[in-house]
Amino acid sequence: MTTAELTKKDKFLTVFSSLDFKSEPEHYAQLRKEAEAELLTLDFPTSKTEYWKYTRLGKITNNNFQIGKVEQVDIKPFLIPNLDANLLVVVNGFFMEELSQIASQNGITVSSLSKAKTQNSTVFAKHFNQYTQNKSELFLAINNAFHTDGIYIELAKNTTAEKPYHIINITTENNSISQSRNLFVSSAGSEVKIIESFVNANGSENFINNVTEIYVAENSMVEYNKIQDKKDTNFSISTEQVYQQANSNFAINTATFNGALVRNNLNIEVDASNCETSLSGLYLGKNKDHIDNHTVVDHKKPHCNSFEVYKGILDDESTGVFNGKVFVRQDAQKTNAFQQNNNILLSDNAVMNSKPELEIYADDVKCSHGSTTGQIDDEAIFYLQSRGVGRKSALNLMINAFAKDALEKVTIEALQEYIDAKIEERFA
Amino acid sequence: MIKIKNLHASIDGKEILKGINLEIKAGEVHAIMGPNGSGKSTLSSVLAGREEYEVTEGSVSFDGKDILELSPEDRAREGLFLAFQYPVEIPGVSNINFLKTAINETRAYKGMEPVSAKEFLALVKEKSALVELDSKLANRSVNEGFSGGEKKRNEIFQMAMLEPKLAILDETDSGLDIDALRIVANGVNKLKSPNNATIVITHYQRLLDYIVPDFVHVLYNGKIVKTGGKELALELEEKGYDWIKGEFKV
Repeated sequence: MTTAELTKKDKFLTVFSSLDFKSEPEHYAQLRKEAEAELLTLDFPTSKTEYWKYTRLGKITNNNFQIGKVEQVDIKPFLIPNLDANLLVVVNGFFMEELSQIASQNGITVSSLSKAKTQNSTVFAKHFNQYTQNKSELFLAINNAFHTDGIYIELAKNTTAEKPYHIINITTENNSISQSRNLFVSSAGSEVKIIESFVNANGSENFINNVTEIYVAENSMVEYNKIQDKKDTNFSISTEQVYQQANSNFAINTATFNGALVRNNLNIEVDASNCETSLSGLYLGKNKDHIDNHTVVDHKKPHCNSFEVYKGILDDESTGVFNGKVFVRQDAQKTNAFQQNNNILLSDNAVMNSKPELEIYADDVKCSHGSTTGQIDDEAIFYLQSRGVGRKSALNLMINAFAKDALEKVTIEALQEYIDAKIEERFA
Repeated sequence: MIKIKNLHASIDGKEILKGINLEIKAGEVHAIMGPNGSGKSTLSSVLAGREEYEVTEGSVSFDGKDILELSPEDRAREGLFLAFQYPVEIPGVSNINFLKTAINETRAYKGMEPVSAKEFLALVKEKSALVELDSKLANRSVNEGFSGGEKKRNEIFQMAMLEPKLAILDETDSGLDIDALRIVANGVNKLKSPNNATIVITHYQRLLDYIVPDFVHVLYNGKIVKTGGKELALELEEKGYDWIKGEFKV
């Protein structure tokens, strides 16, 4: 044993040995141990790992990270104008109570994840780590074993959140690593809208490995909006594990504005009838950004609809990856699944790898998927020019038109405006 | 208004226009007819400034300005309008928004203030009525999901909004049924004034029953080979293009 050389993964994991989780209740300590055991069997994906084929992790695996620290950060630059929301601030994977502003509401429990662990909550214990264990994904297992803190939101039966929850998830420092973790539980008949902004206050080459579990109970509605805007020098891997019960409605909208390496793993298990699932994404790459969206919708029961649209605009030498998989299991008759990925390349050196996939085992379903990657239509530009619109304005009109409808499922008006303004700012 | 002198143009090294001479004065309607492949659409593309075409010889002066030196948008701002044979569908770009941009950029080019929202809306209402274009269509994405007739009416609607000095209608009649043709022609006629001019490019005489030309030119093999009054169109219709082909064998 003593002669065995440390692998790259082992070296990578040593950074977490400084973290102390001793004060956690036994149940949660045990879950961490199980994840550590799983980690022994896993390794970094390589270019030969199909699921990671187009995303090389060298920038992360060869880095010397240190654990991100608790730090006071000015959150003003990250606020969304005109948004009336509860504010929850996480810095480098730690909850910052003094920066947060939460209006208490009957039937809603909001706290840090670490606090929730100590509250003897049966709902929390029932769902936490329930949808993430033993999935054979290294970064998910690392988060299972070594996550620090994050947000817990629980809605009791038939509760509608009066205001959205805006989580500002901030990283700072050079070469820091943070592992935030959220759990959202919407009980039967409840309704909540959540925004999470993943942003960077200072420093480069910092890495966040975030995991969010979402339990969408019967007849409940959850809208989760993800804004990824961490500048083009930082790394993000994030995993959402979503579990939907009967008659529920789940929508996720992901807007990625930049990132040296962004990988989103979105896994939605639709395990009961009559569910609605919507997945929307917009990614804007520039410089050497690398933005990878992997999504899985697993239809297990009949009469469900899923609707997925991801759109990308890639400039300079940026790279985009889309891999969307829809499973329709044998029992899932009458499934209606739609999936689409459209991309515009603004430069000859931009690259898009798109792989829409359907795997259908039921025989009475309606499923379609499609993928397009192209350039701005010159004929359309000429048409606009011939009416007196300058070439640059014509390009802007077309890019904005393409990008803006990607996130039309966002129902929070202030957020919609914020995203539109960011798109306009990018292409102005 | 426009003077085209000895215009030669080619695409991918192939010469299509081989010396066009044409002068159009304000208040006139000129029809350009000719068989397929004679260069009719090339002429409209070259005038509008389509990049793929290379002008190898000749000049085009529009109100005294050499427009061949101008970008397509500046030609439009100077008052040139091309109604497309195949209007382009542009998903997501609203008809109204883009027209507002076009009008305001044209105004800025002329040193004028932008149009007010109220003025603009009144203009949209007035001009869409002119071509019987449903106001819902005016608000939709440019040409997206429009029928053939709606697309052509939208072209004339845009022309009405932009009030060009010279409008070139490139096979605007192609694919139109008789009702749509009448609506389109009516729109064009109502926009006619002593200060503007129209070039009607067409393969068929039919449209010229509605938009009556002052001059008819026959384009063949990249040159204008015959010029006459409106009766020339009737003669062509009767004798067919083979008459021209026979007369001007290359």
